[in-house]
Amino acid sequence: MSTAVGQRSGLTWAVNIAVVFLVVAWTLPTLGILVSSFRDKDQLAVSGWWTALTSSERNIVARTAPPDEAVEEDGRWVLQGNVFESGSGRVSAFGVSIQRPGEFAIGESAEMRGGGTATVQENGDYIVTFPEQPEGRRGERLFVTSVEPPKFTTANYETVLFSEGIGQSFVNTLTVTIPATVIPILIAAYAAYALSWMQFPGRAVLLATIVGLIVVPLQMALIPLLRLYNEIGVGKSFIGIWLAHTGFGLPLAVYLLRNYIAGLPREIIESARVDGASDFEIFRKIVLPLSFPALASFAIFQFLWVWNDLLVATVFLGNNEEQLVLTGRLRELLGSRGGNWEILSASAFIAIVVPIVVFFALQRYLVRGLLSGSVKGG
Amino acid sequence: MAVSTTTGAPAGGASGAGALITTAFLTLFIMAAGVAVSVALAFAVYSAISVVLPYYKLLNAVLVMILGVSACFGYFWGSNRLLDSIYPASGENVAANLTKANAIRPWLFMGPAIIVLGFYLVYPVVNSVVLSFHGPTGENWVGAYNYQWLVRDANFRESLRNNILWLIVVPAAATFFGLVAAALTDRIPWGNVAKSLIFMPMAISFVGASVIWKFIYDYRPAGTEQIGLLNAIVTSLGGDPQAWLTIPFWNNFFLMVVLIWIQTGFAMVILSAALRGIPEETIEAAIIDGASPFQIFYKIKVPQIWGTIAVVWTTITILVLKIFDIVLAMTNGQWGTQVLANYMFDWMFRGLDFGRASTIALVIMVMVVPIMVWNIREARKDMR
Repeated sequence: MSTAVGQRSGLTWAVNIAVVFLVVAWTLPTLGILVSSFRDKDQLAVSGWWTALTSSERNIVARTAPPDEAVEEDGRWVLQGNVFESGSGRVSAFGVSIQRPGEFAIGESAEMRGGGTATVQENGDYIVTFPEQPEGRRGERLFVTSVEPPKFTTANYETVLFSEGIGQSFVNTLTVTIPATVIPILIAAYAAYALSWMQFPGRAVLLATIVGLIVVPLQMALIPLLRLYNEIGVGKSFIGIWLAHTGFGLPLAVYLLRNYIAGLPREIIESARVDGASDFEIFRKIVLPLSFPALASFAIFQFLWVWNDLLVATVFLGNNEEQLVLTGRLRELLGSRGGNWEILSASAFIAIVVPIVVFFALQRYLVRGLLSGSVKGG
Repeated sequence: MAVSTTTGAPAGGASGAGALITTAFLTLFIMAAGVAVSVALAFAVYSAISVVLPYYKLLNAVLVMILGVSACFGYFWGSNRLLDSIYPASGENVAANLTKANAIRPWLFMGPAIIVLGFYLVYPVVNSVVLSFHGPTGENWVGAYNYQWLVRDANFRESLRNNILWLIVVPAAATFFGLVAAALTDRIPWGNVAKSLIFMPMAISFVGASVIWKFIYDYRPAGTEQIGLLNAIVTSLGGDPQAWLTIPFWNNFFLMVVLIWIQTGFAMVILSAALRGIPEETIEAAIIDGASPFQIFYKIKVPQIWGTIAVVWTTITILVLKIFDIVLAMTNGQWGTQVLANYMFDWMFRGLDFGRASTIALVIMVMVVPIMVWNIREARKDMR
C-alpha cells in the first residue's frame, strides 16, 4: 500500500518507534506480573520487578555474639562471627547505629557504644575487639547492608496451587467452561440452520428478536433467574451455570453462525435436497463440516468469555471450595492478600495463562469471528 | 396471524386453522418427547455409571459433560427420527407427508434455542420490570417507590455520573488507540507480531487485568522503595508517591485505563481490516494529488471507514455500560468509583433488596435500548 509513504525513511522510523512504544505499553503490565510471580518473595516486597535481574540491597540487623564469649588475644579481647544466619551473603556496608546503617565501608573500623571496635568483611565475618574484658550476655547490634543476587523460584506457584486453593479453582473453572462452550454451539448451529435454509412463518421476527437480545445486559437476568433457580431447586449447581452461560451466549452464537451458514453456496444445499437428503442429513453431513471456521470462532469467544467471567459465577455458583472458580478466587485473594504480591501475581498468571495460550493458538479464528460480527461482508 | 408459507393444503380437506392447531400440537408433542427421552436417558446412564464408579470430582464433571452434550444431540436426532416415523418420506402420501414434516421440522431445530432464550433472556426482562415495583423480597407491591428512591439516592447519582464518564472516555480512547495502532502496524514488516501483542489483553479476564494494574498502581509510603511501576516513575522524576486508587474523581480514570488497555486490541483488529478494505484507487488518487500521509489518513481513509468505527464504538459502549468486574476487584466502588452494575450487585448481595437492584438493572437496560434498536435496523438492512 502507500508506497510513496514508505520511501520517506524518517517517517518509517517514526512509525517503527511509535509501534514499539505501543507494544511496550501494552505488554509491560502483563510482563510485570509474570516476572514478579517467579521472584523470591522477600525481594519482591522491597524492589520493583524491573530490577529483578540486578542484585538487590537489603538492610539486615545482626547481633554480635554475647560479650561474655570474648576470648583474649594479644592483650585484647576479641569476638568473632558472621552476620549472616545462613552463613553466606555479600556485605557492601555496615554501621553501628540505626540512624546510619551504612556509615562504614567494609574493612573499616567502627567504634561501638559498648567500647569495642567492629570490623565487618565482605563475606559477613565480623571481628569486635575490646581493650578490656567486656561483660554482658546480650550482643550488640550490627547494621549490615547486604547485596543479594537476583533469586528466582517456583515456590510462589507451589504455594498458590496447593495451599491457596488455586489448583482446585482451576478444576472448577474447567468444569464450568467446557460444557458451557459446547452446549450453546450445538443448539445455536441447529437454530442458525433453520433460520438460514428452512422456510417457516415468523422467521424474520425471530431473527430480529435474537439480534436484539445480543445486547440485553446480563444484570437484567440475575435476580429473576436466581429466584427461579431457588424455586425449582436448581440452586447453585454446575448444571445451572452451564445453562445460564448457554442462554447468555446463545444470541451471539445464533447470529454469528447464521451469518456464516446463510452465506454457504445455495447450489450445494439445493442439490442435496434434490438427491433426497432430509434437512437433518443436510445439516449434519454438509452444513456442519462446512461451517467449521464459524463454529471455531464462536467456540473461542464463548470459551474466553466463560473462563474470564466473574459475575455469572458469583451469582450462580457457591463461594465454597468445591465451586469457587479462578476469577472468584482471584477476587477473594485481592481482598484477603492485598499486599502479598507473590501470591497475587502467581495466582493471576495461572488464571490468565490458559486463555492466553488459546488466544495465541487460535487467533486466526478469533479475528475471523470478530470480523464477521461487525464488518460488512467480512 | 401466522400464515403457512408451505405450498398446498394437506389432503383430506381439513380447515386451515384446524391443520395449524394440529401442526402446533404435534410440534410441541415431538419436542417434549425428544427432550424428555434424551434427558431421561442421560439421567439413567448417569445413575448407572455413578453406581459402578467411585466419585471423583473431575471424573464426575467429565461424565456430566459428556452426557449433557449427548442429551443435547440426542434431542435433535431423536425428535427428527420421531417426525420421520410419523410422516414417513415413503409410501402412498409422500408429498403430503413431506409438506407436513417440513412445516414442523424448523420448529424442532429452533426449539431448544427458543426455549433457552425465552427462559434466560426474555422472561428475566419482563420479570425485572415486575420486580422493580416490588419490595426487597419481591413479594409486596410498592408501586413506584423504588424509582422515587433511585432519583433521590446520592450513590445512584454518583454511579450514573461515573458510568457516563466511562461511556465518554473508554469507547473514545479505545477506538482512538485502536485506529492509531491499526494505521501504524499496517505499515511495518513486523506489524502482525505487534498486533498480536496489542491484541493479547483481550484474552485476559477483567479480574486478572485488575490484579495486573493494581500492581502498577501499588503504593508504598514516601521514602520506601516503590514496587508499583507508576509510583516508581513518579518518584524517579522527583514527585511524591500517590495512592492512585483513592484520589477522588481521578481514580475513575485509573480504572478506565484497564478497560482501554483490554479493548484497544479489539478496536485495532476490526479497524485494521476495514482500512485494508479501502479501495486502492482513492488512495492513489490522493497521492498523485500530493496529499501528505496525514492528510491521506484523516481525509481519505478515516471518512471511508466511519461505518466500522461506529460499530466498534457501539460494541465497546455496550461493554462499558455493563462494566462491573474491574470496579468490584479494584476499589469495590469506594472513593467515589461506584458504577451502575456494581451498585446493582451491592443491592442484590449486600443490601438484599431485589426490588431496588432490579430497578438499577432496568436503568442499564434502558441505556442499552437505543443501541439495540439500531442493531436490529442494521441487521434487517443486511438481510435484504
